[in-house]
Amino acid sequence: MTNKIVVIDGVGNLRSVAQALRAVAPEADVQISNDPAVIDAADRVVLPGQGAMRDCMQSLRESGAQEALLRATRTRPVMGVCVGEQMLFDLSEEGDVPGLGLLPGKVVRFQLDGKLQPDGSRFKVPQMGWNRVHQSRAHPLWNGVADNSYFYFVHSYFAVPENAAHTIGETDYGAPYCCAVAKDNIVATQFHPEKSAAAGLQLYKNFVHWNP
Amino acid sequence: MLAKRIIPCLDVTGGRVVKGVNFTELRDAGDPVEIARRYNEQGADEITFLDITASSDGRDLILPIIEAVASTVFIPLTVGGGVRKVEDVRRLLNAGADKVSMNTSAVTNPQLVYDASQKHGSQCIVVAIDAKQVAPGKWEVFTHGGRNPTGLDAVEWARKMESLGAGELLLTSMDRDGTKSGFDLGLTRAVSDAVGISVIASGGVGGLKDLADGVLEGHADAVLAASIFHYGQHTVGEAKRFMADRGIPMRLD
Repeated sequence: MTNKIVVIDGVGNLRSVAQALRAVAPEADVQISNDPAVIDAADRVVLPGQGAMRDCMQSLRESGAQEALLRATRTRPVMGVCVGEQMLFDLSEEGDVPGLGLLPGKVVRFQLDGKLQPDGSRFKVPQMGWNRVHQSRAHPLWNGVADNSYFYFVHSYFAVPENAAHTIGETDYGAPYCCAVAKDNIVATQFHPEKSAAAGLQLYKNFVHWNP
Repeated sequence: MLAKRIIPCLDVTGGRVVKGVNFTELRDAGDPVEIARRYNEQGADEITFLDITASSDGRDLILPIIEAVASTVFIPLTVGGGVRKVEDVRRLLNAGADKVSMNTSAVTNPQLVYDASQKHGSQCIVVAIDAKQVAPGKWEVFTHGGRNPTGLDAVEWARKMESLGAGELLLTSMDRDGTKSGFDLGLTRAVSDAVGISVIASGGVGGLKDLADGVLEGHADAVLAASIFHYGQHTVGEAKRFMADRGIPMRLD
């Protein structure tokens, strides 16, 4: 049977996400859509997001995709990426925007003003570039990915899960913070696997073959 | 710890990659998709495409190139050149660009930086600043490929672009560009220490030591170079190992 994967149409580099999924799963049927019927028929759902949380939530709500996404989170593998990860939580400090409430916790901004890097330069926000990800908990998403591999990040906010057991990956920018989460059939990353070269493609491959 | 980035830059016109000296005397350097693939294999952290096409007729030629690159190269892609409207930003992002860079239009219409970052997020808005030294410790912003002075102080302009929503600055020394005499480290450090967003140093790389100096002395978050990579003088991998040997955090696979 064809593996049907839907990338929820909304805000972000959807095309890159879809192309990365196609690259690791040439046999799969990968679509970009916000049609609830397409989402209901999908075997796996990817929720990307970029920019402001408010815009991402609004796009999800107005397209009618939100209810279908919530249905998917109860029965099928769902993966959030970047703001798509942040949206899974209760609340974002970025404009006090409520999220989907699938994971307890909130989204906060980097507080690095006045703090310097070891070489004397400033911490820049957004964090933009490649950083190491420590696999703080074993998860099928990490199969074939070396611990402390580099992934590509672009963000000013990050999620703080209330339940530490939901954190499966951490990175360090001024201080360690959570950058990958998992709960039941939901996984999500703050970094962009679709922009993280071989390590990122491996992560998508793991998601495509994951059967929680 | 966040790694410093090496960004090969591809100047594109008429569907080909070219390289000039001081923004003139263009030489053909190859097919953009092939070159992007090669740099990805060498471990490039990101790739920047600058569309240097002068006419608006030729402008749309960059879109299929970006689409082709984005379907096989899974690292961040930045595209600049000729971006005048928020709509131009949207089209480039839809074609597969992760970030869009604006230069002349940021000077003539700073509101564009604000509008584009409000619409698409700061993370995808890069402002390119071309600067020339005008006095010790003073640099002026130039536009139109270095031809037109603006009277703007480069450090103040960098701060203003940050406040309008730029997520990153691509800082080019017009004095050094194409000369292979190294980055203008004074300019790079002055701007990088003045802003809270990432700064890419550009213009003047002649060898690997120049790249390391850009980070260690210039405080650049990323370094951009073209000719040392295009003409096979060094691979991106060699450059990354050289920098890592000097204690710079680099992504080495």
